[in-house]
Order: sequence, then structure tokens, then C-alpha cells
Amino acid sequence: MNTAIETTNLTRDFGKFRAVNELNLRVESGRFYGFLGPNGAGKTTTLRILATLLPPTSGTACVAGFDVAREPQQVRTRIGYVAQSGGSYRESTGREELAIQGRLFGMSKADSQVRAAEILTALELVDAADRTCGTYSGGMRRRLNIGIGMVHRPALLFLDEPTTGLDPQARARLWEEIRKLRDTGTTVFLTTHYLEEADALCDRLAIIDHGRIVAEGSPDELKREIAGDVLTIGVNGECEKVVELLAKQPFVREAGLEDGLVRLYVDRGEEAVPAVLRLLDAQGLAPLTMDLHRPSLDDVFLKKTGRSLRESAA
Amino acid sequence: MRATRDTWLIYQRSLTLSLRNPVWVIMGILQPVLYLLLFGPLLTNIAQMPGFPPGGAFNVFVPGILVMTALFGAAFVGFGLCDEMREGVVERMLVTPTSRVAMLMGRSLRDVTLLLAQALILVGLAIPFGLEINLGGMAVAFAMLALIGLMMSPVSYVLALVLKSEDSLAPVVNGLTLPLLLLSGVMLPMSLAPDWLQTVAKFNPLYHAVAAIRALFNANYGDGEIVVGLVVLVVLAVATIALGARTFSRAAA
Ligand SMILES: Nc1ncnc2c1ncn2[C@@H]1O[C@H](COP(=O)(O)OP(=O)(O)O)[C@@H](O)[C@H]1O
Ligand SMILES: [Mg+2]
Repeated sequence: MNTAIETTNLTRDFGKFRAVNELNLRVESGRFYGFLGPNGAGKTTTLRILATLLPPTSGTACVAGFDVAREPQQVRTRIGYVAQSGGSYRESTGREELAIQGRLFGMSKADSQVRAAEILTALELVDAADRTCGTYSGGMRRRLNIGIGMVHRPALLFLDEPTTGLDPQARARLWEEIRKLRDTGTTVFLTTHYLEEADALCDRLAIIDHGRIVAEGSPDELKREIAGDVLTIGVNGECEKVVELLAKQPFVREAGLEDGLVRLYVDRGEEAVPAVLRLLDAQGLAPLTMDLHRPSLDDVFLKKTGRSLRESAA
Repeated sequence: MRATRDTWLIYQRSLTLSLRNPVWVIMGILQPVLYLLLFGPLLTNIAQMPGFPPGGAFNVFVPGILVMTALFGAAFVGFGLCDEMREGVVERMLVTPTSRVAMLMGRSLRDVTLLLAQALILVGLAIPFGLEINLGGMAVAFAMLALIGLMMSPVSYVLALVLKSEDSLAPVVNGLTLPLLLLSGVMLPMSLAPDWLQTVAKFNPLYHAVAAIRALFNANYGDGEIVVGLVVLVVLAVATIALGARTFSRAAA
């Protein structure tokens, strides 16, 4: 099996609202594939369709070689799904949750116990194994939930916003765990609205906004689409005038206004900075702030959607 | 068979969790115990009135209390499911190949187990008050209580899956159980009611259940209500279980 996930014009409506709009996706086996987009973009909805939880309104999705609508049971035995919020019951212990999950996937009682112990060790949850999940910290609970999704050793694992709401330390810890899945050849399909997470974990990305894929590729490919550097300038009033002025310059590929900041895409930043300063000076304007950086995924997102992901995610 | 095995797994898990935090089980029995202690003695005097069915006051009263316990025990189980849904447990299990019938039956059989245990305790408590026991009749009566559980708990689960929150569930369940209770002759025999009310009550499955269980407690095995009650409950339980399993298999959407 070379293709883990393939969708054709996958669409899902809620009433009149189109949450997922003609999605065409192809995820190769063994990849870490990221679905990056702001809240409400349709990430969870897509994941729920792929995990057989939600029927598509139209279009098809093939997961692990089986059509999600026609052969959901085949799909379910082959995938793991870790929802954005929860999965473990606060009054069950971690060990119980892992064991019952194994049993539900057909393991014998003994096998499910062995597997539960294995996962508890791997995720360093041994000490908390026989405590109820309600007593776990956010990071521990999330690790357990991912462990529950891996009990049956699925070849394909769906993770919906695996680190949302975690503190930076717990997030880094979880990234480490997720990276370990590479060694097992597991295909990971994860959603996130954190640029750093997409950058840190994924081989390939689809940027999704309003239910549509607006860009697709490896993080580097996507960043390379925005050749050159990004220069943001804070000015005191008259932003539009400044944008108009700078947009005309030959060294500026694109100029725009974003969150009160003038944003320039330029070929060579080190040459653009003095040029911009001279131009502003000639107008009697002095920049309040200036920031020159290599394009990030946020710049990619901004360029494709006209909005900053950091802003929309907040 | 997958469904049987999965039912057993879900049953064990649910029962373990219920017993770990038995506050609902205890709450469920507290109310009928109070009825037994504080309302039952009232009936000993009314039992002499014309229109009161034959049998000792407690042999008339306890069957009603048992049906009430079964009704409430099963009607509110959806709240537990709402809790599991909020924690993402239901969704997590829907992505496993677990049989959807088992997701319902495992829980419903847990509910039946608990309500039969409560019923047993109530019967034990009622004996000192003068409840007369005949084992054969009581066995059939308990089977009928189990059927009430199997009929009502899927309804509660269906409502929970559709409404998704305790806040929306509470008024619906209350609105459903209260008329069922009032029109069943649980507190006082319906034979004391005016004709029109008796006619309306005949459309209530619990009315027949109460009548049947009273007959069983009084060893009136020839009473036609026993068969009527059994048939009504079996038919309805099959229907609600089918509906419940179907709702679980579409729960995800
Ligand atoms: N069950 C539902 N009923 C109605 N609207 C929904 C439902 N689920 C999601 N939506 C809507 O679909 C859009 C996409 O939601 P979602 O897939 O959860 O986004 P994301 O996971 O990217 O934040 C949102 O506008 C959300 O309100
Ligand atoms: Mg989401």
C-alpha cells in the first residue's frame, strides 16, 4: 500500500454551510502529513470523515485502501484516531483504558494487558498507570490518549491538534513521542494551527482555509514559493500611502498592509532596507519598527489567504 | 460472535465504572426507600376502601415502587452517556470496530443489573412491613422489571445521542417519565381513578407492567394482565433496542 489516504472532491455540508469544500488529497504511506489551518477551517471535520465518524456529503475518501463510506469497518481496524479533546474517561485508570481499547480491537485479555504495559512504559506513564485519568496533568492525559490510539499498532494514525492547550514543555515532550512513530513506519496525519508544529513534525503540509486547500507541499517548498525575504515596517499613520509608494519600487515584489504593519516581499532584504529608509525619509516619514526575516509558514499562509494564521488562530 | 463478546466487554467496563462511583446507584434507591418508609404506612388504612385491589397494602404498593425504581433507574441513564460523550469516550469507541449493538446492549444490561439489585434491596426492606413473597411470581416480576429497563434505557441513550447535553436531556426525560408514572397506578391503584383516566392509562405500557407485577406478587397467576404486560414489554423492548443500536451506528454524524 503506497497511498494511505486519497480523497476526491471530498465535501461536507452542515445545513447550508460548507465546512469541507472539494478536497483532493493524497497522502503517501510512511509520511507525516500536516493539515494546517486556523480554527474553523474544516480540519476536524475532514479528520472525522476520514476516520469514518462522519459521512461525506459528496466526493469520496479512501483510507488504508478502503472507502470510508462503503467499508468503514475495514478502515476502523487499520487506523488509530486521537480526537482533539479527550478520549479517555476521567474515572477509568490509564491501564484500564489501554486494555479495553486492545480488547475492542480483538486482543485477548492477556495480550491487551501486555500491550497496555508496553505503552505505559514507552510513554513514561507507569507511575500513573493505576490512577484515574482525571488526576493526570494535561500533558499526561494527552500522551495517554495518543497511546490509546496506538494500542492496536495502526499503520495510520490521525492526530487532531495533538498539542493544543499544552504548555511549551509538554508540547516539546509530545513532539518527541510523535517523532518516534517514524521508526515504526507509521503514517501520521495530524492537524494543527501551530506553524511551529507543522514545521517541526511534518514532511508535507496542506494549508486549509474555509474548507479548501490553498497550498500543498513540503514546508520548504511552500516557503520557497515566497522567494526572497519578508520586510515588515511599522509607520506612524499614512500606511496606505507608504504601501502605495513602496509597491511601485522595482525591488519590491509585493506590498500589503497587515495588522497595521506594512509588509513587503523583497528579493534581497539587505538591499531593500536602506532603500526603504531613503524613500521614507524623502517623504518625511520615519519607521517605528522594521523587521526583516526569512519567509515562514505564516508568510505562506498570509500570502495565500490574506490573513495571518497567528491572528486567526487566536 | 463479535456482538456478544463486545457486549460483554462494554458491560464489564460500564459496571466497573458505575460501582466505582456508586452515587447514582445509591441516589436511585434512596427515593423508593423513602416512599416505602414514609408513604407505604399511609396505605395500610386506605387498603380497606372500596375499589382497592385485593392483597395486602404492601403487596399492592411494592410492585408500584419497583416499577417506579426501574423506570427512573433506566430513564436517566442518558446522563451518564452525555458525560462519556463530553469526555470523547463514545467517539473514540466509534472509531474502533466495536459492534454498535454492543455499545448499546453493554450499557443497557449494566443498567438492568443495577436496577435489579435495587429492586432486590427494596423487596428485602419491605418484608418487615408485611410484604408477602412467593418466589415463582417474584422471579417473573423481576424479569418484567428487567424488560422495563431494556425498554427505557435505550430510549434514554437515543435521546442523549441526539440531544448531546444534560441540559437538553433533563426536560425531555422529565416530560416523558412523569406522565408514564402518573398513568401507571404506581402510587395508588388506577382502579380508584375515574373511567376516562383508566382508559388513557391503558395506553401506558407501565400500567400493564404494574398490574401484571401486582398479580404476580399476589400469586394470581391466572390474571390476563401478566401475559399482556409481558407481551407489551417484550415488543417495546425489542423496538427500542433496535432504535438504540441504529442510533449508535449513526451517532457519529
Ligand atoms: N456538527 C456540526 N454542525 C454544524 N457545524 C459544524 C459541525 N461541525 C463543525 N461545524 C462547522 O464547520 C466548520 C469547520 O469546523 P472544524 O472542522 O471543527 O474546524 P477546525 O477543526 O479546522 O477548527 C466550523 O465553522 C464549524 O462551526
Ligand atoms: Mg478542530
